[in-house]
Amino acid sequence: MTDRISRREFLRQSSKSVVAAVAAPYLLKPSRAAAQTIAEPQSAKLADYYRHFGVDEKLIRRTISDALSRGGDYCDLFFEHRLTNEARLEDNKVNQAKSGIRMGVGIRVLKADQTGYAFTEQLTAESMAAAARTAADIANSSKNVEPVQLKLHNCPNYYPVKTPWQQVSIDSKIPLLTKLNNRIFALDSRVIKSNIWFMDQTALVLIATSEGRIAFDYRPFLSLGASCAAEQEHRRERSFAGFSARAGFESITPERIDRIANEAVRRTTVLFDAVKPQGGQMDVVLGGGSCGILLHEAIGHGMEADFNRKQISIYADKINKSVAPDFVSIVDDGTNLNLPGSLNIDDEGNDTAKTYLVENGVLKNYLQDKISAAYYKVKPTGNGRRQSYRFAPLPRMRNTYMLPGPHKKDEIIKSVKKGLYAEMIGNGEVQIGAGDFSFYLKLGYLIEDGKLTRPVKDVNLIGNGPEVLENITMVADDLKMAEPGGICGKWGQRVPISSGLPTVKASKITVGGTS
Amino acid sequence: MKLTEMTELAQWAMQYALKTGADQSAVSISRPRTIEVEFRSGRIEKLKESTIRTLGISIYADQRYSSHSTSDLSKDSLKKFIAEAIRSTKYLDKDKFRSLPEPKYYPKKSDTDLKIYDSGYENITTAERVKIAAEIESAATAQSDRIISATSWYSDERFEKVLLHSNGFSGEHRAGSFSAGAMVTVRGDNNARPEAWFHAETRFRKDLPRPEQIGKEAAARALRRIGQAKIESGRYDMLVENRIAGRLISTLIKAMKGRALQQKSSYLEAMLGKKIASDKLTVIDDPTIEKGLGSRLFDGEGLTAHKRTVIEAGVLKSYYIDNYYGKKLGTEPTSGSVSNLVLDNGSLSLEEMVKSAKKAILVTGLLGGNFNSTTGDFSYGISGSLIENGERVKPVSAMNISGNAKQLWHSLAELGNDPYVYSSWRCPSMLFEKVSFSGI
Repeated sequence: MTDRISRREFLRQSSKSVVAAVAAPYLLKPSRAAAQTIAEPQSAKLADYYRHFGVDEKLIRRTISDALSRGGDYCDLFFEHRLTNEARLEDNKVNQAKSGIRMGVGIRVLKADQTGYAFTEQLTAESMAAAARTAADIANSSKNVEPVQLKLHNCPNYYPVKTPWQQVSIDSKIPLLTKLNNRIFALDSRVIKSNIWFMDQTALVLIATSEGRIAFDYRPFLSLGASCAAEQEHRRERSFAGFSARAGFESITPERIDRIANEAVRRTTVLFDAVKPQGGQMDVVLGGGSCGILLHEAIGHGMEADFNRKQISIYADKINKSVAPDFVSIVDDGTNLNLPGSLNIDDEGNDTAKTYLVENGVLKNYLQDKISAAYYKVKPTGNGRRQSYRFAPLPRMRNTYMLPGPHKKDEIIKSVKKGLYAEMIGNGEVQIGAGDFSFYLKLGYLIEDGKLTRPVKDVNLIGNGPEVLENITMVADDLKMAEPGGICGKWGQRVPISSGLPTVKASKITVGGTS
Repeated sequence: MKLTEMTELAQWAMQYALKTGADQSAVSISRPRTIEVEFRSGRIEKLKESTIRTLGISIYADQRYSSHSTSDLSKDSLKKFIAEAIRSTKYLDKDKFRSLPEPKYYPKKSDTDLKIYDSGYENITTAERVKIAAEIESAATAQSDRIISATSWYSDERFEKVLLHSNGFSGEHRAGSFSAGAMVTVRGDNNARPEAWFHAETRFRKDLPRPEQIGKEAAARALRRIGQAKIESGRYDMLVENRIAGRLISTLIKAMKGRALQQKSSYLEAMLGKKIASDKLTVIDDPTIEKGLGSRLFDGEGLTAHKRTVIEAGVLKSYYIDNYYGKKLGTEPTSGSVSNLVLDNGSLSLEEMVKSAKKAILVTGLLGGNFNSTTGDFSYGISGSLIENGERVKPVSAMNISGNAKQLWHSLAELGNDPYVYSSWRCPSMLFEKVSFSGI
């Protein structure tokens, strides 16, 4: 082992002159366009973004005119350049790296609530004109459109970065993976396999609309995780822990690595004592953090405005009605510092915000994109998101969490005679109209006479959104966000999100298990 | 860009990689073209056209391995991209198992026509696409005044790919697909708005169900959900509709992958030749089916595709082993990915299976849930109908099934005669005995 580390030390020192990460460095001016820490006028940065995508204001204005030439009401262009790097460790070797580059522009034309969409990955005047004409066809008249005047829209920075990923070469990431791996094996002799993954991403986006707005954003992202398998008396278990954020290299601290290792090993080895619970409907105490998926499924999706404008959500027609006790407030927030779902600006060029879904028990706001905000005649909430330039935006969540309540975690657990404590949730799903939602329990504990007893694992939990909200009886003061964040899928589009929860007592949840 | 031009560019990229420091390299260029229509409330909701070109390259250099992909296909960009890919590979750990497959696994040149490309694709107009979606939506909406919303869709795709390996493989793949479906929401009881969908995908346009049939089917499924509720927990016989059965089959397939086996996360490790399911279960992986959605002459790693038995009368016959994990496990690669799955079917239709059930739950939809390939534990949310004395007596929903795949597959009692043709996993409906359902 020492040999390997010293060899890496050598490589690191000898590689100082090697330019950074996989596949990135030939990009135009990445350090200027990317790191918004440099004090310079925003207009100079806009010029950098133009240069980066090889376009200018005139070409953008002409493309917008082409896109509206068939009578569309509105058009936006979404330029994106995204670089992704991955490294994987398996069987004590960092033996796989990956990288990906995607660059293109998506052109969207709206005619009322109808969408025409096309994109091109060749940022030439001809290709952009062809894509604009394809998107234009959603409308079917013709008109002459005067080119719009574009005005730069400045936005705040919710993801300050000290060391952008373009400045981090693979040789400085490798020792982190090795360290995490070594730590996992050192923690418990029952560990037989350890798998580590590390992904970083840099996206530059430039958005221009026919309403004359132009805005840009630099979006960093990282995800670091570990999964391990352990064996005890012929029984094998596997679990994982991870971390993701819109942040730079500085966020991977030694403490962070220790925490991932400790959690991965603890969550795996505790399963040797786990049982399947008796299935049925019972009180469930949701632990802070990853149980936030409950909110994402139980109410978040149902509050996305497209489902409500189409009358297919169980929350349609419930605005300003009481849906939960008055100590329950739930927000969807795009403005949290460095969280995975945070956005300086949404993918339609709108400012993001902290949006109340439920305020003191009362249903307040839908999550709006441009089309729905026009339908409801409200200000967009900054929830228009897309997977990439290859997709038209939809109303999507950002960071969804419940605000702290008046109770204490201990008092909540003590109040349950027989039930389940959920600690770690893997995945969830919802039926928007029926309101039924599910989430998969990777690790939890039985609650017997107010105490946590045996661990339980691998059971699905189901509830009905409005019914579960109405039956929340206690909310603690210990709000935590889910460290690994999450990836949310809707109509085939995946976007990073986060969710969080204080300890919450809910009822009427059906727990899978034996019967 | 023609296929021959794609091959030329791939060849150039591969040579450039070999010249700049790779010992071996594989290059693919893929180009899917997709047109999608969504239709709702009597008009187009979305019209989308997309053509994607992606170059993927694998680098093997001095027993080190990395893979990269880019949408920027200009030669100047590719030169920098490949040079950087090779430079970064040098920092990785050596792994003696990292090399391209041995050429003996590559297919011989073949003129087999799998009938996976419908040349009629080229003649479809956008107006025709819109018309199909419109007919689906109007058929769905006409079924009941309880319908709140019906969204229909139609899309088609032409997929082209070239794949080259520096040790002697070259292949071209061209396929097409046609999809159509609808999602229908109906007014239920207590403000609930149950929804259901129907979706079909085929290789040839004429094999798609008629638009009217798609709309009616989606609406009928949604209307059947009205009044759905969870019922008492207990052990029930479980009838699983064909289109859902694939999710259960994945509790076998995921544990049969080379990576799961080698990384000690498969409950099927060391089970080759052993009984893992009831006699009723025979599963064949068949890449050679004409018009099959998973049909192919070679897999993603260039390995020759051939028909093989995976499970025979409940006995595990073969795993899914790719090139790398084959080397690591010291075993022959079989292909790491599923092509088409074909099961030995039974003699009864789903309706006949329902008729002959005394008491059972018919599962027609899943809601979340997951499966642990290390231990075999599974738990899924379900919806469907309670069957008593051969009749659907009540729609059920929001219940969980739970168990372990090790036991579940031994309780497989019957298969239907209705393989699901709109998926490459052609599962028939299935009957399992005494499964744990939790509800109230």
